[in-house]
Amino acid sequence: MTTAAAAVPLTAQAFKTDYRPIWCPGCGDYSVLAAFTKAFAMLELRPENIAVVSGIGCSSRIPAYTSCYGFHGVHGRALAAGTGLKIARPDLTVLVAGGDGDGYSIGGNHFLHSCRRNVDLTYVVMDNHVYGMTKGQPSPTTEPDWDSKLSPGGTGLRTFHPLVIALAAGANFIARAFSGDPNGTAQILAEAIRTPGFSFVEILSPCVTFRPEQRGWKDQVRAAPVAPTDDPARAAKRIMTDDGFNIGVLYKGARKPFQPPVGSGTRLPADLEAEFSI
Amino acid sequence: MSPAKPARKIKTRRDAAKRGGPGRKSAGARTGGDRADFLARAWVMEVEAAERYAMLADAMEEHNNRDVAELFRKLARIEQLHADQLAAESPSARPPGLPAGGMRWDEGEEGPETADPGDLHYRMQPYHALAIALACEKRANRFFANYARKARNPAVRKAAGEMAEEEAGHVRLIEDWLKRTPEPVSGCDDDPDPPVLSD
Amino acid sequence: MAETPLARPEASSISIALTGSGGAGVMTAGTMLLNAAAEAGWYGLMVRSSGPQIRGGEAAALLRIAARPVDCLDDRFDLVIGADWQNIHRFADEIPLDAASVMVGDPDQGTPPEVFLKQGPRLGHVPFKKIAKSIPGSWPNMIMLGVAAASIGLPLDALRNALRKSYKKGGEGLAASLAAADAGIAAAQALPAIPRLVSARRTDKARWLITGNEAAGYGAIRGGVRFAAAYPITPATEVLEWLAPALSRVGGILVQAEDELASINMAIGASFGGVPSLTATAGPGLSLMTEALGLAVAAEVPVVVVDVMRGGPSTGIPAKSEQSDVNIAVYGLHGDAPRVVVAPNSIADCLTATQWAVHLAECLQVPAIVLSDQYFGQTRGVVDRPADLNFIGERSRAKGGAEAYKRYAATPSGVSPMAVPGTPGTAYTAEGLEHNERGIPSSQSADHVAQLAKREKKLRLHDYGRHWAELAGEGEVAVVTFGSCTGPVREALARIAAEGGRARLVSMRLLAPAQPERLARALEGAKRVLVVEQNQGAQFYRYLRAHFELPGEVRSFHRPGPLPIRPGEIYRQITEWSRA
Repeated sequence: MTTAAAAVPLTAQAFKTDYRPIWCPGCGDYSVLAAFTKAFAMLELRPENIAVVSGIGCSSRIPAYTSCYGFHGVHGRALAAGTGLKIARPDLTVLVAGGDGDGYSIGGNHFLHSCRRNVDLTYVVMDNHVYGMTKGQPSPTTEPDWDSKLSPGGTGLRTFHPLVIALAAGANFIARAFSGDPNGTAQILAEAIRTPGFSFVEILSPCVTFRPEQRGWKDQVRAAPVAPTDDPARAAKRIMTDDGFNIGVLYKGARKPFQPPVGSGTRLPADLEAEFSI
Repeated sequence: MSPAKPARKIKTRRDAAKRGGPGRKSAGARTGGDRADFLARAWVMEVEAAERYAMLADAMEEHNNRDVAELFRKLARIEQLHADQLAAESPSARPPGLPAGGMRWDEGEEGPETADPGDLHYRMQPYHALAIALACEKRANRFFANYARKARNPAVRKAAGEMAEEEAGHVRLIEDWLKRTPEPVSGCDDDPDPPVLSD
Repeated sequence: MAETPLARPEASSISIALTGSGGAGVMTAGTMLLNAAAEAGWYGLMVRSSGPQIRGGEAAALLRIAARPVDCLDDRFDLVIGADWQNIHRFADEIPLDAASVMVGDPDQGTPPEVFLKQGPRLGHVPFKKIAKSIPGSWPNMIMLGVAAASIGLPLDALRNALRKSYKKGGEGLAASLAAADAGIAAAQALPAIPRLVSARRTDKARWLITGNEAAGYGAIRGGVRFAAAYPITPATEVLEWLAPALSRVGGILVQAEDELASINMAIGASFGGVPSLTATAGPGLSLMTEALGLAVAAEVPVVVVDVMRGGPSTGIPAKSEQSDVNIAVYGLHGDAPRVVVAPNSIADCLTATQWAVHLAECLQVPAIVLSDQYFGQTRGVVDRPADLNFIGERSRAKGGAEAYKRYAATPSGVSPMAVPGTPGTAYTAEGLEHNERGIPSSQSADHVAQLAKREKKLRLHDYGRHWAELAGEGEVAVVTFGSCTGPVREALARIAAEGGRARLVSMRLLAPAQPERLARALEGAKRVLVVEQNQGAQFYRYLRAHFELPGEVRSFHRPGPLPIRPGEIYRQITEWSRA
């Protein structure tokens, strides 16, 4: 904290706006929002120094519900926008948020390359295994036999495993959280934000409208029974073999973030002319 | 009070033991410290409860469930009043913000009196909302009673005991309130229209 | 050197093609010839044409060297020098010859293809390979360079200077190349003569040697761009490759993205952060970027995309030019999405147009597309140094205040102050959903109507000044064109003027938003309007027909790439129309 105004830490409430979420009552995303604001308060951040960037979907509505700078872009490209922002403005705390369809399907390529690139930002996926805003179509994390109008009888496709893919692609911090535990989620988010590099936090966040059975997740989740590891092989084994309900930080590496130096060049544009002069 | 008969899809009553943290083991009552520490904890708990009720009220208002919205708004005011009383009693009770690292509680990771947004349904009835509130008050009562039993500092034991009494009063109040509130009829959460498309 | 008989006629412009298959080094020789011409005080340009092979393919360096600035290739070539003739017939359309032309080849490499011979050129022979073998460390292409230099009457010191500059370390390589060039000069004495180029006039004018892609990159930096996101694509890659080190020298950054969807969204993200941003691409990339450009329209985030047009649709003809992205640039976003489209009209103007585009994007908080093309982008030219312009991107910035900040507030100009993250009190969410003045999503008709009107108004009310078009000449005949067709049109009109005819040029730099009143004034009194463009569908002509009033009789002259439209074609269009 460098300024006098920043000396007094803000409460979580200060990171919320009066603009009301359109999420269904009961939706896990309300608690994720609470966790965001708690994490920001815990880290003693200022809303003007945070940018929340999102794509399209229920969860992608989150930026406007915070008092931070927000960017609600196009479907699947939130990580790209967040990457550009963080590289151009490394002084900001950048969070990219969205859902499983936005991040793993249409935005899958950016997910892979963001893990590889390891820019210092936190990517939060509120995973409810369904496309909510378009009325309940299967997403990459939907079970293969989940029946829907668009894919009657189920897609028959094996589910996407975001955590192990993030690990293989090079994410530096990988955690699973549960929306039903906003304080625990806030702790994980705070650690994700504090950890340099690309931090990936998958939050199980039930969709009470299209997947009402997910209300039962609260009885399935448990704290991961082991401490976080910095060994990718161990992490891979754990993530591959758990049942998807182990909560906590599952991998934490020490890879150097990607950040080209900004503002180090001091030449004037006119200085560049020499190479063209005859 | 008679057991609630929740409508088909609305589940509002939970076993308090299953509350919050995903199987995090309770670290045991963190009951050390002096009276000021205790009051600070109590204050955070009340403020968090108030803020959460306000959020639930907003959510219900946004979803045009005015009755439940008003009820949550009322509960928010009550909890805020409680927090203000604590702050008035001991100005030092009011910490500048959420403690760094977050407040840890015995029962789960959120404050014992904080309602879970996951319990909401847009067609829920005041009865369901009161059931949520009742569970919160019971947890709060249990929390303070536990505190009073385990704290070593006599001043803390006394203050915690008083708070437990107060929460017990709230439990009775809400139980009475529930008795006066019509039980939800079956199918109250039916909606003949399908969900809407948004983005 | 090259003291050829004074009886040789002089020409104000000479066109030379150097051809050969992979390993012949014709591009290197061509580049050195252009550099040497620049040293000599001449102007000129070099177009690269290559087969699709990454290595080993047939290649042609198409040069035009002139005593005055030139913007396009000529109608014909004076001289073709072939290291060999393998598959060179594929360039026949690009290298028109006539009886005055000369073809020089290595007798050991066979005879030139029939498709050239039937045009009746005179032939000459130089055993490039044998001569190169006799000079240790030399290459046949340096002998070709010597032949070309001697043929046009290039001063010896200019050639030597150019060679020295390309062999900065000097040494044996330089000595061998100098000797090889000398051998070429000697061999040229026995060849059929072509006119020699009139000597350069000594002027104090600063000149540059630059490609359109480099110029676009430099214009971006001059306009204030400090962030670029890059995904490689022919023929736009050089914009980004030039920017990578250049940006870092001025304190900016270039990032390579995973695809064009990422590059445009990264640029928009960076610009949201307050840093003027750009990406460069070609048609396929622009197609991928259109959704995000619509976001930049709706969220009012400035961003510049340089589209270096190539043959389309689909993958089309990646390394050759065509002006067929007009439609996608002016119409290619869904919804009512006003955007700025700017087209440079020369290699040097790639700088001006891009700088202006940055300025407009920043002032108007809108995406701006720069419609360059492969011809501009990859042609290296000797040009007069473009005038310094004051176009710097200046974004209206919101200051933190007590009032609740309205990011999308209605203002008289339609431009609302934009807050930069990090500023307390003005946090907002940049929103691609329709929104109200605060930026809160809204599907209410009043908000939609107001915001659509605001975004349309800010572009309509802006004063674009004289830069909207380049106007020249007068008369009842007018040619309306844009982009790389401007060069051949200008030259056709110069020929008409030299014959005492009168015609005017309107080269539109600002394609969108349409400026119908300005064009109407520029065309006042015109009785015949010829619209010239390089695409199959007359996209520019149809765009003009839709949004502008064109006086008198109107004709469209359009044909697809990749062959450049030549001055003679336009000259004939106008003169034949006048006789009709």
